[in-house]
Amino acid sequence: MGIRYFVNINMNTFYFIAFLSIFFSILVITAKNPVHSILYLVLTFFTFTVQYILLNAQFLAVVNFIVYMGAILVLFLYTLMLINLNKDSEPVKSNMVKIAAVLGGGCLLVVLVGCLKQVGVADPVVLKDPGLGLVQNLGKVLFNEFLLPFEISSLLLLSAMVGAVLLATKDPKPKSV
Amino acid sequence: MESLINTVKSVPLNHYILLCSIIFSIGVMGVLLRRNAIIIFMSIELMLNSVNLLLTAFSVYHGDASGQVFVFFVMALAAAEVAVGLAIIVMIYRNTNSVDTNVLNRLKW
Repeated sequence: MGIRYFVNINMNTFYFIAFLSIFFSILVITAKNPVHSILYLVLTFFTFTVQYILLNAQFLAVVNFIVYMGAILVLFLYTLMLINLNKDSEPVKSNMVKIAAVLGGGCLLVVLVGCLKQVGVADPVVLKDPGLGLVQNLGKVLFNEFLLPFEISSLLLLSAMVGAVLLATKDPKPKSV
Repeated sequence: MESLINTVKSVPLNHYILLCSIIFSIGVMGVLLRRNAIIIFMSIELMLNSVNLLLTAFSVYHGDASGQVFVFFVMALAAAEVAVGLAIIVMIYRNTNSVDTNVLNRLKW
């Protein structure tokens, strides 16, 4: 009976968090002020972290919290500070384009759901191995099977860093050809 | 711990697919609707995150840890992409004094 109680509580948690993530992601794309948009994006990523915890993927929850909410969104805020958009300078698109965009997104949603419905026939997501998403298990998989991609991703990050510095530095004088 | 395991037991896989598809479509709509380059970028982040969540759900469903390792790689890729992309946006702003994507229409036929 106690377990049944927990099941109901947590199932309701899933639907509540799912509703929140949809709500905040709609606010992200509709907010007028870009700073508000970024703050709503933080909330959306927080709901995703809660979803990872519900799936017992603890490593991904922590990484999502640190990397996305910590690093990437601070980078967004810094960029916004650098380019100083204090006035709402964004010109709005015409209503025709807006309706077309929403229709296009809706069509994509219908197609995606229609295709993916064939995949899992309403089977419940059962966690077979409780230690699946823990750091120990993931570390073993990462450093045995995925060692080469892991090392290559470090190269990718290095080249991205060099590229970002190269792009964002100002030329002292433009080369005239 | 017991309650966490039982949680997942009761949510069908279809609902995860539905949630992630809805958020992915919201991201696509954001790319189509907005003209601010930074908000377009944030919509792309939204799409990446929805795919991450679906990968994790499938990984738990099949009991295979490779899906979660793949999510880790997607996160590393997203970090690299954000660094380069925001540098490009800063450069665009320096050259055109706006982040409106409609200014950049030289390649338009």
